[in-house]
Amino acid sequence: MIFLKRQLPLAITFVMGIAFTFQYYIPHPVSEDAITNVSKWMQIISGFALFLGLASLFHVHAVKITRQVPGWGFSLALYVAMIGTIVIGFWSHGETKVDGGQTAFGWLYDYTMVPLQGTMFSILAFFIASAAYRAFRARSREASVLLVAAVVVMMGRVPLGQFLLPWTWDVTQWLLNVLNSAVRRAILIGVSMGAVALSLKIILGIERSYLGGGRDQ
Amino acid sequence: MPEAMLPTEVVLGAWVAAGLTLFIYSFLYKDNPLFKLGEHLYVGISVGYSVVLAWHTVFLRLLWEPLQKAVGEAPASPDSYVLLIPATLGVFMLTRFIPQISWLSRIAFAFVVGFGSGVAIPRTISSYILKQIEDTVNPLLTMGAGGLTMGFDLAAPQSGVNTIILLVGVVSVLFYFFFSVEHTGAGMVTARTGIYFLMIAFGAAFGYTVMSRMSLLIGRFRDLITFAGAAYGYATLVLLAVTVLSLVGWELATRRKTGGASPE
Repeated sequence: MIFLKRQLPLAITFVMGIAFTFQYYIPHPVSEDAITNVSKWMQIISGFALFLGLASLFHVHAVKITRQVPGWGFSLALYVAMIGTIVIGFWSHGETKVDGGQTAFGWLYDYTMVPLQGTMFSILAFFIASAAYRAFRARSREASVLLVAAVVVMMGRVPLGQFLLPWTWDVTQWLLNVLNSAVRRAILIGVSMGAVALSLKIILGIERSYLGGGRDQ
Repeated sequence: MPEAMLPTEVVLGAWVAAGLTLFIYSFLYKDNPLFKLGEHLYVGISVGYSVVLAWHTVFLRLLWEPLQKAVGEAPASPDSYVLLIPATLGVFMLTRFIPQISWLSRIAFAFVVGFGSGVAIPRTISSYILKQIEDTVNPLLTMGAGGLTMGFDLAAPQSGVNTIILLVGVVSVLFYFFFSVEHTGAGMVTARTGIYFLMIAFGAAFGYTVMSRMSLLIGRFRDLITFAGAAYGYATLVLLAVTVLSLVGWELATRRKTGGASPE
């Protein structure tokens, strides 16, 4: 039983890791088919993982409703919205448009999902403005550099800024294409090295936290 | 000329969209029940939408339909049942909720994580390390009609001067995050240069993000203005009045409950 609980998962990780590391270097139809098929398998497994999250969400809000904790009505609203969307989605066969016409599911997407998502993200504009006030006070040379770069990019991205200060467009492009690229590239190289090291640790069984806790680990 | 009547579902949609938008923006006053309602509806609808999409794009198109077709064509062939492997692994994942057999979920996680790690190593090295280094080390001089020349045009990202700036930026930022060597003397100068590059990039990223949020904000306001028209039954104006009155009522009720003090 210990083998099934502890060693088998580690062995599967090792075999899968090694197999798909070397798969990249084997340009053969069998190798190409393997990655294509297993990638589809991963999509299927991640579909089940969605239900794992769904069950967790159901549980959290079911507890709130049954115990009638303050704000339980919002949990009820969440349930109604979720179940309503699922029912309408299945009724529309998961299609947002049929023969050029909008389905009920499409209506739900256009008039609830899109405005809610857009508003949620746009509301950050206000909070970013207040955060900018705190972050951008030019108290040091580094903060001043950050402030100038941000202001130039903001001016260079809007027609009014370009009208008032025409040079901001060129400077913005240079900042984004050269200086920003250099930093992104350096960070990407560093992060990638970390990702490779972590992947190796997982394949070799040094990093096991993905298996969850418990006595058997 | 009378304005053409809009379809009922469009007008209804405008009322729903305007109402939900105003509920979310009510957070700018303070955390309140209308915002919470909008927030919970957003979560519920998003999850419901993801479930429907997952069912149709994953379970039906990737699992059920190919499995049904393969078994129908060759019921005796073991290859026809190969899709039962990911299905079984998916079911194993759900055993997380049953403590007695929750260890089965480890097999599914091991499969997913092992595949992800294996796929990541060569592709990360190739695309994110070697390719990035290759693009950083560009030739400074180019052979033209007049012989070897070096470009000094800052507007051209591939020019010689930009190549030097890019190289200095990448090396200095990498050095700033390299802690195995003490940052003193020349090392300190390099690390400080890295900090300035980072600050410029953070500033540029911040400015870029602010403007993208602003464009979303403009989009929402444009919708609200459109829905305020007579064709939509003045949806925005009516719902704005309802939202403001609801907030005033909630504020008064809360103050009465807390003895005159503001809820926050």
